[in-house]
Amino acid sequence: MEFGTFLWTTLGAMLTLAIFSFLYKDNPFYKFAEHLVVGVSAGYWAVILWHNGLVPNLFERLQDGDWYLLWLNSSRPWYLIPALLGVLMWTRFSKKYAWISRWPIAMYIGIATGVAIPLEMANRVNKQLYATMSNIHWSNFFGSGFLDTAAGYSEVIVFIGTIAGLIYFFFSKAHTGTFGVIAKVGIYILMIGFGASFGLTVMARISLFIQRIQFMHEDWALVAFDKTNPNYSGWFPAFFWLVALIVIGYIIKEFIIYLKNKDKPKPEKA
Amino acid sequence: MRYIFVIFSLVFLTFSAGLAQVDTLGADSTLLNIAPPAPISNLTVYDKANDHGHALILEWKPSPDDAAGKNTVMMYEIYRSESPDGPFENIGSVPSGNSRYDNIGILEKEARDYIPDNTDLYYRVDAVTINPEIRTSSEIFGPVRSYSNWFHRGRVPVLFAVLIFGGLMMYFVSVARKGAELYVRPLAGIAAVDDAIGRATEMGRPILYILGLGTADMISTIASFTILSRVAKQVAEYQTQLIVPCYDPIVMTVAQEVVKSSYLDAGHPDAYNDDMVFYITTNQFAYVAAVNGIMMRELPATNVYMGKFYAESLILAETGAVAGSIQIAGTDEVGQLPFFIVACDYTLIGEELYAASAYLGREPLMLGSLKAQDYAKAAVIILSILGIIAANFGWTAFTNIFKVLD
Repeated sequence: MEFGTFLWTTLGAMLTLAIFSFLYKDNPFYKFAEHLVVGVSAGYWAVILWHNGLVPNLFERLQDGDWYLLWLNSSRPWYLIPALLGVLMWTRFSKKYAWISRWPIAMYIGIATGVAIPLEMANRVNKQLYATMSNIHWSNFFGSGFLDTAAGYSEVIVFIGTIAGLIYFFFSKAHTGTFGVIAKVGIYILMIGFGASFGLTVMARISLFIQRIQFMHEDWALVAFDKTNPNYSGWFPAFFWLVALIVIGYIIKEFIIYLKNKDKPKPEKA
Repeated sequence: MRYIFVIFSLVFLTFSAGLAQVDTLGADSTLLNIAPPAPISNLTVYDKANDHGHALILEWKPSPDDAAGKNTVMMYEIYRSESPDGPFENIGSVPSGNSRYDNIGILEKEARDYIPDNTDLYYRVDAVTINPEIRTSSEIFGPVRSYSNWFHRGRVPVLFAVLIFGGLMMYFVSVARKGAELYVRPLAGIAAVDDAIGRATEMGRPILYILGLGTADMISTIASFTILSRVAKQVAEYQTQLIVPCYDPIVMTVAQEVVKSSYLDAGHPDAYNDDMVFYITTNQFAYVAAVNGIMMRELPATNVYMGKFYAESLILAETGAVAGSIQIAGTDEVGQLPFFIVACDYTLIGEELYAASAYLGREPLMLGSLKAQDYAKAAVIILSILGIIAANFGWTAFTNIFKVLD
């Protein structure tokens, strides 16, 4: 690894430590990393929006027109309508004309809702309903293998779970009596599903954490002392120890503050 | 052992090659001597149904030499022209054994895959051998035209569902407007919103409202706007501080309008400030980092998370818990609900988020829609039971009524 690359890796390691330091408490290192990532991402997004949004969807489609005719002579002048609606959003900067910006917003929300209603109905109601109307393989209950029997039970559990889950989401009837019992079965089934989902995601998150630790160890700490590296120089460990010193210095500072304040009453949290 | 394996492999390969009538060892001589295959037959081309046009479907009866006879067909190449005399352009191919090709074009005229609507088109299918020079063309089929459809017949069940649901909604809204008392069972998460606003006022600390990562066209974001409207109105009445950091600029603009009108409704338009609702960044974890910072620095008394959330849900909710805030969450993103359930004080699960606005507002329109939803759910339960009985007795005619095509 070249020294220039190692500098970037060191910056990555520093930012990783800065973000992890939030686990202790909010601190200047976290604030620096936070503002850096927010600033960089906002700038990056603006460029992406320009290149992937405006250029292909607007400018390229109007390019056969002339700017001095406001692209009205383009072969697809209707693209000027969304462009105009976009420009109207800029009226928000004027107190007098800010109300005009409600037109594009109204149009956007109206169209989006109109498109969403049949899509949601199809995907969340019709298709789910049709999928529930499946043939239960009763023969599986008497199957020789464990998996066959389990498959048979799963079809019945899915059906009961669907009905009970739907009953839980009844809002205009009190959950009492038999209705309440079925609703309780529904919420239990939902919670079992949530538990499984929770475990699965936590496993994925831990693997992300392990990957970050591997980066810190293999791509940064080991490289800093890797004398077999043909580009190795004293600057490699120097930068490692610089970061280590910053971390140790911060820990010592916090410990001193702790010693000074340990006898003082703690401020109440919200 | 290794030699035995190699010998067996060679024997197997030799037999395979022989069966396929492809002499890979003497390729040059044999490839030139392949007899042309018999052509495909019964080529038909028709417009793809239920679409926006620019698409045609080809079907044919495979060549007798496809996996039988001389067994020399390797693939079928599809050709298209706007004139029966050509020139024909190769537009795609399918391996042997297939008898259908979906010629799906795109809308951009400049693109190579563009298929003009309402234009006479002619098709031809070539049965091609391993030697691309040796092939047999089918008869030319045409003229055929593609055209767009006004109605998607495969989605008629959706039309009926929307009409029935719309009818139910209009009926119950009118009933609610006439003053009928519509019962709605209490939901802990909803009742907590009012208490949480009161708590923030007493403590003199702000309320943090997160609209999630959804765009303004998502149902959950729209539901969140309705709840924000109610929260902002109450915040304006109590003169509490409200913080709404946004992920999406359009969502921010809508949220600003929502909060501004709520302050106006509450009779405190002067208390509204555009800086209450502000944009951070459209990057998931950068947004999370910034919101976490706000939580630890401003120490809000209440955090409300309503809308579409993804992997950031647990990070946000855990930080809020560390900051000691009362937390109320609601999302229809099933994968994120477990995290809100474990880290928040109250969680609105799925449809409860949509119902929340009706609870908070108590307006006839909202209450009527809630009642209509319940009737729709009852219909779904009854139809599910009937459907599963029908499916088990093989009455597919009944279940197919509900089938929706893409």
